[in-house]
Amino acid sequence: MEYFLQQLINGLSLGSIYGLIAIGYTMVYGIIGMINFAHGDIYMIGAFLAVIGFTAIGLVGGLWTPLAVALVLIIAMVFTAAYGWVVERFAYRPLRGSFRLAPLISAIGMSILLQNYVQLVQGARVKPISPVVQGGFELMERDDGFTVNLSYMQIIIIVLTLVLMIVFATLIARTALGRSQRACEQDKTMAALVGINVDRTISLTFVIGAALAAVAGVMVTMYYGVVDFYIGFLAGVKAFTAAVLGGIGSLPGAMIGGILIGLIEAFWAAYFSAEYKDVAAFSILVLALIFRPYGILGRPEVEKV
Amino acid sequence: MTTPLLHVEQLTMKFGGLTAVDAVSFTAERHDITAIIGPNGAGKTTLFNCLTGFYRPTSGALTLTHDLGEYLLERMEGHQIAHQARVARTFQNIRLFEGMTVLENLLVAQHHKLMRASSFLIGGIFKLPSYRHAEEEAVMLATKWLEEVGMADKADWLAGNLPYGDQRRLEIARAMCTDPRMLCLDEPAAGLNPRESAELNQLIKNIRDQHGCGVLLIEHDMSVVMNISDHVVVLDYGKKIAEGTADEVRNNPDVIRAYLGDDEEEEA
Amino acid sequence: MSWRLSHDGLREVLMVMMVAMLLLLPMVGLRTVDSSSGLGIDLHIAAVFWAVLLIGLGKKSLVAARENIPVIAYPAACVMLLSGFLAPLPTGFLEFFALAGGFICLTNAILMTLRGGRPISKNSFGEGMDVVATKIQAATPQVAWVMFAIVVALPFVFPDRYVLDVSILILTYIMLGWGLNIIVGLAGLLDLGYVAFYAVGAYSYALLAINFDLSFWVCLPLAGILAAFGGLLLGFPVLRLRGDYFAIVTLGFGEIIRVVLINWYQVTGGPDGINSVPRPSFFGLAEFTRRPSGDLPAFHEMFGLDYSSIHRIIFLYYLILVLALVVNFLSVRLRKMPIGRAWEAMREDEIACKSLGLNRTNLKLMAFMISATFGGFAGAFFATKQGFISPESFTFIESAIILAIVVLGGMGSQLGIVIATLLVIGLPEIFRDLELYRMLTFGIGMVLVMVWRPRGLLAVREPSIRLHGLHGKGAKS
Ligand SMILES: Nc1ncnc2c1ncn2[C@@H]1O[C@H](COP(=O)(O)OP(=O)(O)O)[C@@H](O)[C@H]1O
Ligand SMILES: [Mg+2]
Repeated sequence: MEYFLQQLINGLSLGSIYGLIAIGYTMVYGIIGMINFAHGDIYMIGAFLAVIGFTAIGLVGGLWTPLAVALVLIIAMVFTAAYGWVVERFAYRPLRGSFRLAPLISAIGMSILLQNYVQLVQGARVKPISPVVQGGFELMERDDGFTVNLSYMQIIIIVLTLVLMIVFATLIARTALGRSQRACEQDKTMAALVGINVDRTISLTFVIGAALAAVAGVMVTMYYGVVDFYIGFLAGVKAFTAAVLGGIGSLPGAMIGGILIGLIEAFWAAYFSAEYKDVAAFSILVLALIFRPYGILGRPEVEKV
Repeated sequence: MTTPLLHVEQLTMKFGGLTAVDAVSFTAERHDITAIIGPNGAGKTTLFNCLTGFYRPTSGALTLTHDLGEYLLERMEGHQIAHQARVARTFQNIRLFEGMTVLENLLVAQHHKLMRASSFLIGGIFKLPSYRHAEEEAVMLATKWLEEVGMADKADWLAGNLPYGDQRRLEIARAMCTDPRMLCLDEPAAGLNPRESAELNQLIKNIRDQHGCGVLLIEHDMSVVMNISDHVVVLDYGKKIAEGTADEVRNNPDVIRAYLGDDEEEEA
Repeated sequence: MSWRLSHDGLREVLMVMMVAMLLLLPMVGLRTVDSSSGLGIDLHIAAVFWAVLLIGLGKKSLVAARENIPVIAYPAACVMLLSGFLAPLPTGFLEFFALAGGFICLTNAILMTLRGGRPISKNSFGEGMDVVATKIQAATPQVAWVMFAIVVALPFVFPDRYVLDVSILILTYIMLGWGLNIIVGLAGLLDLGYVAFYAVGAYSYALLAINFDLSFWVCLPLAGILAAFGGLLLGFPVLRLRGDYFAIVTLGFGEIIRVVLINWYQVTGGPDGINSVPRPSFFGLAEFTRRPSGDLPAFHEMFGLDYSSIHRIIFLYYLILVLALVVNFLSVRLRKMPIGRAWEAMREDEIACKSLGLNRTNLKLMAFMISATFGGFAGAFFATKQGFISPESFTFIESAIILAIVVLGGMGSQLGIVIATLLVIGLPEIFRDLELYRMLTFGIGMVLVMVWRPRGLLAVREPSIRLHGLHGKGAKS
């Protein structure tokens, strides 16, 4: 029971991170119908910016921790968003209306490019940072001394994700941007006719997705304390799985899917085998795509004739 | 009385809350051109999609009977319907293999025959005589149909480079290369000029008269319908509102109402 | 003629420089390095400065060319190019970037002049490339024979270990490219996990040869069959999926196989892989060792030669050459057969295929299995050539490289794949210094090809059959 509870907490924190990344996949898919394969690497860039940020702050003498975290979050979001914007502008926008696999291939190229770029400029070695937020609550203790911990870091992750989700949902539901996005999802030509700036809307979608991925990157850096240039691949696949599982195109779906993947991974690693935990993620992806490609919150598609 | 070629009974197709085809029943005879008419959105294309296995009907029965046997179309997969029940179709918005040549388009339609002749792979890889012979025959059939639609000199063109009218005709020729017993044409005259349209009428009549192939025709242009169809079925909002010969249908008050109601849309 | 960039053009240049600054400042400017007390930071502000400057110059030249202002387009391009030689650029990559970028900008400016001031659009570029591609494609038979002659003669002209090793590598990738081409180029399915079949082939060979003591010539077909079986297993559930989902699922399968290879110690040896994979014999007649351990005679004694380790390499070279040629022969034939046409039709329009009675699942499955078989052959060859295999050799990057070869070459074009392999595998071998930037260039290359030439370099399709012969009437395309 205690063990179970601990895995639940771990799974929830992990799942929140996947959910934040999954939103980027789902939004882009919703609006231009492509899988942004490079999104995992955008998240990786966010994580690296966090490493750079925390290291730099540490070198200049440090700051009051909440201030440092806030500062790094903002820096990472801004700079990662720039990457998101450029990726769309350079690799995807020229391909609208090209043949159907072109954007996906371009995205794979982008992913390889980003990974190797970071490897080149930041080095291939694992980057460790000293823990930023330490400590937590001890919730329970079992007779044999096993304790259930809820670390401050986990609280930060879960709360921050919740807050972002609320802000973000409001943004989509209430603002002109959200309306333009939904209009573009339905029909880009019509949207353009009624005066919506389609290019800008799509750009903004990428920017927002990248910023959220950056938050995930910062959280992961603080949570695990290590980052390398390759983390984007696995995290990307898992987050994509989350998006599919929740029903690609659906925002709450992405969050639910993320949490599910986080939980499954945590429990799988705890009760079955840690070595095969990545296989678990891939297997879920494969199964989900085969048996329920429209996801938990999506509706089946009919082949358009 | 012999069994009709096609027997549609109580066919219903729903998309969520929308009933696109609502309990439609009719029959089509072997040597007839049966026209399906109705305003935009009446459910004509959806009816075709049910017949050809692209949509699974919500309910109803579709029975096709010809020299090869009796087929319950609503239970079959799309590719089986084309291959076994021998129903061929064209599409409202033309679907050719645009990057391939005209001749290749017609050969793809004869895939099963050629596949068998190539003994699946071996015969083709080693170019055995039996395979070469089958391929020659397939090319001959393709050439015959190209002549029939008046495109014999364009066999090596890319399908995507053909003028619009030729694309429409090529799609019909391709459908006929599958050796069908029933041909479903979805607005074949759309976008054609009057001369092309007249030629098309002749082509459709030839298909009926010389190839023993029943024709199911969706058409907007009433003059075409009046000219060539033996039997007319009128749909409106998914329901069959009239059926009969062209003349009977033309004077049916319900049909007039359905069309007049949509008059402006028709103009546009 | 104007002497200055338009207002918009100038703004574009500044905008690009600003964005470049934003991207590069933290990632390039602040380099995290290991130090005694955890991470430290090296400042590389000069690199950022130069990079932004070079990017600005390049953009300025491109914009000037677009606006037909040669007095800016040429000098900017030349300065960029020269700075590659002269300026104190802080990194090798920047030198490379300055040279390559300067060269591209200069070419662009010259093309602009040649075209009488009309800038190069994506369309005009595509048409120009089409003309070139059509010429090359038309010359394919001659080119192929010349290449064939060169390739056959190579071991006698250059009996050099390094040359042969690189050639073997290139031939292996050509073979893999031709194999994958059946799925991607013909059937139009984006398979991101092709390396899985390569791995199945390699491990099948290694395990069969070691555990059952079977010879290479028995294992080769078995490896192909097992890979095809793998293709069947993977293909069955996923082939109904939509294009992009299919791609991701194949990626997933590729990774699953790799993770299984790493973790299934008892059979695969885990991350350490399998050592001492048996080397091939000379058709079961002789061995390529100085003193054969078994009952076979030694190759050099059999032919009365002096012993040389190069004999084996030459043998391997011809082995992969023959394998590749077999794959080529089969691919070319398949394309002209009903099944090949059906694959291409499926790539063009699946719905129309269904209406013609084509069973899409079966067709895709066939493509998958045939392609997998070829991958399996290549894998078996790889295992016997290396004598050692481990999961390291079968990562996603490997799949991506093979895919890039197919995509770059021109999907469906046999010759295109040869050219692409020479570019992707051959060039980096020649310019060893650039090894570091190979994958980087590779990523950029994939994006650029998709943007400028989405169907690949040699993207002209030769019809599988012609009614009126090559020069017949109306052979317009
Ligand atoms: N795949 C589908 N999903 C939802 N609605 C559909 C689908 N296909 C057709 N419909 C709807 O069914 C109705 C009939 O359409 P259709 O058969 O194309 O009409 P017609 O061919 O007579 O003009 C329309 O209201 C159309 O929107
Ligand atoms: Mg219609």
